[in-house]
Amino acid sequence: MDNAAGVTHNIAETIDSATALTAIRTEQLCRHYRMGDAVIRAVDGVDLAIRAGEFVALLGSSGSGKSSVLNLIAGLDRPTSGSVVVHDRDLAKLSRDELAGYRLHTVGMVFQSFNLIPSMTLAENVELPMRFAEIERGRRDNLAREALMRVGLQARMNHRPSELSGGEQQRAALARALINRPKLLLADEPTGNLDSRTGTEIMNMVREFNQQLGMTVVMVTHERALAERYAQRLIFLADGKLAGDEPNPAVAARSEEHAVKTEARLS
Amino acid sequence: MKLPDLTELALRNLRESVLRNSLTTIGISVGVASLVAMLSLGIGLQQLASRRLMKSGLFDTVVVSSRRDLRNFGREEERSGPAPGESRILDAPALQEIEHLPNVTEAYPDIRFITELRYEDKPHLTMVAALPESAKSNDAFEALQGHFFSSGNAPEVVIQKTFAEELLGKSPKSGIDETNVKELAAPLLGKELTMRYAQREAAPTVPMAPTSEPASGDQSLAGAAYSVISREQKLTIVGVADLDPESMRGPTRARVFLPLKLAESLHVMQPTDLREISRAASDQPVYSSISVRVKNPSQVQTVEDAVKKMGFNTFSILDASRSIQQFFKVLDVFLGIFGSLALAVAFIGIVNTLVMAILERRREIGIMKAIGASDSDVKNLFFAEAGAMGILGGVLGVALGWAIGQIINLGTNIYLRSQSFPPEHFWSVPWWLVAFALVFSFLVSLAAGLYPAGRAARLDPVQALRYE
Repeated sequence: MDNAAGVTHNIAETIDSATALTAIRTEQLCRHYRMGDAVIRAVDGVDLAIRAGEFVALLGSSGSGKSSVLNLIAGLDRPTSGSVVVHDRDLAKLSRDELAGYRLHTVGMVFQSFNLIPSMTLAENVELPMRFAEIERGRRDNLAREALMRVGLQARMNHRPSELSGGEQQRAALARALINRPKLLLADEPTGNLDSRTGTEIMNMVREFNQQLGMTVVMVTHERALAERYAQRLIFLADGKLAGDEPNPAVAARSEEHAVKTEARLS
Repeated sequence: MKLPDLTELALRNLRESVLRNSLTTIGISVGVASLVAMLSLGIGLQQLASRRLMKSGLFDTVVVSSRRDLRNFGREEERSGPAPGESRILDAPALQEIEHLPNVTEAYPDIRFITELRYEDKPHLTMVAALPESAKSNDAFEALQGHFFSSGNAPEVVIQKTFAEELLGKSPKSGIDETNVKELAAPLLGKELTMRYAQREAAPTVPMAPTSEPASGDQSLAGAAYSVISREQKLTIVGVADLDPESMRGPTRARVFLPLKLAESLHVMQPTDLREISRAASDQPVYSSISVRVKNPSQVQTVEDAVKKMGFNTFSILDASRSIQQFFKVLDVFLGIFGSLALAVAFIGIVNTLVMAILERRREIGIMKAIGASDSDVKNLFFAEAGAMGILGGVLGVALGWAIGQIINLGTNIYLRSQSFPPEHFWSVPWWLVAFALVFSFLVSLAAGLYPAGRAARLDPVQALRYE
């Protein structure tokens, strides 16, 4: 009896750790575009496995297919062939509505050009995903205020994006990306439009979310230095194919240390 | 997304490009206004026409005549009526029977005769007709000078304008008759007329010769015996009517009117008496025709059928009215089509505005999709914008249409007054038209949103976000 119970426990633990281990897995992922007669292989047979809670950088020159991979993981695009499995859901098999739900609840995105809606105030921008999630108004207001406070913009919540600096806009975009408590944070060149000081500020925030909230972060960038400072693993893409996958021991060790510290603090 | 959020976002988006959206909304409201204006005009004209006709007493009246009366021979309905042999005599019991039919308000005999009236010792020959008291409300006596009969059997007359002229020795002018009835009435009201007429008096009943086989024909012959006596009746002129004998109640065409009960009690010899002489079943008066008034013009047909079943001929002007109704239906359809044309233009305006909005907000749609908006969220947002413009345009349009109607009505009445016609209310905006216009404008707007909303929903977020 004891033995049997122990085995079941072990199996449950194994399954649990297996799902916890891989948040994102792609197999022979392809995305081809047709331009006239020519076929552009933006993503051409990429196999990836990203652990839950991992901070990964996708590196490559422009046209290497890194943004296309990110869009496929984000559920904004569908693969031509192959599969993307995020937390045990094969995105290729989801309907359009299910995919929208996936983007709403599982993914938070930040972009190089911030992509805030210019006609809305920061509070309204941050609140918008909760409107789609049909969260009631009272809770929405509180959560939006909290999220803006977290990124230090509570004083600016009634301003429109055009009245803010780039760094502030990107902070608001981060607040919006996190509002529905997603498991993944996908960032497409988040510091591309920012100077190095505000870029660092944003990246520190992203790292904070990764470490404190346990979010899996996939960041697309072409700056190797930036990736080396923050990412635990660097994945290189060239011409739509995987060109390298190296761990970043310095950061990995530091985050291990941080995780231990957090655990110690919590217990 | 929930409806309040949807509405809020839609209104916010409409406010964002306020000029374009208000122009589109004005376009819708002009369309709705033209539809409302056209249909109101159609409905108003129809109501005006039926009000006039109703008041004339023509549409709720059925004229009943006996098949034996030769007067109507040659008319079409004679051929479809009962054969002469089956027809009943139009006498007092028949009159009562008709009066007790459902939906009949009253039935009274048409008494008409040509006789001589003396005024200041000068004889005037004219047609005299009896009128029931209910004729008072008839619009034929709208401009009556003096008053209507004080009671059903008062020895009083209402005379027609042209007869008044004749009595006063004025010759009727040709062309537009502008004689003032007041001037005519002043010297005549209260004056006395002496009417000479032939009274029909039943002959003393001859005891029947006891025969072994009493034939009904013999009896009727015996009952039909009567004598004719010349009589005089003094009558007071109480009213002068300003009505055209040619237009008023076609079959009457009388110039002097008596109260009905008085006329009945006089037993005036009527032309039909001679025709009936060989057939009359008793000494009861036999009517050449009776008028039956029906509660509501819509019931004229049923009453007509019932009377026909009794064995009489009927005639009503309903057949004529039916074609008038049809004319107005066609008019309404045409006016509706013209009104809708403007709304069709507005429809295209909405489509254009929303398609432009998609191009302009391409990126915004992409962002919304990236942060989790579903296809239906985007689609509903565009629908909500179209619907909001529709409702707004509809409300404005109904108000505008109503205002246009009032202005045209006012202008026309000023013109009518300047031409010394009485003002008319020929504009009608019933509540159902308002409701119809609002619903119609809303539905048209939603239909206009169909294509743009679908296009927005299908937008590929990757391309939308790449687009700078």
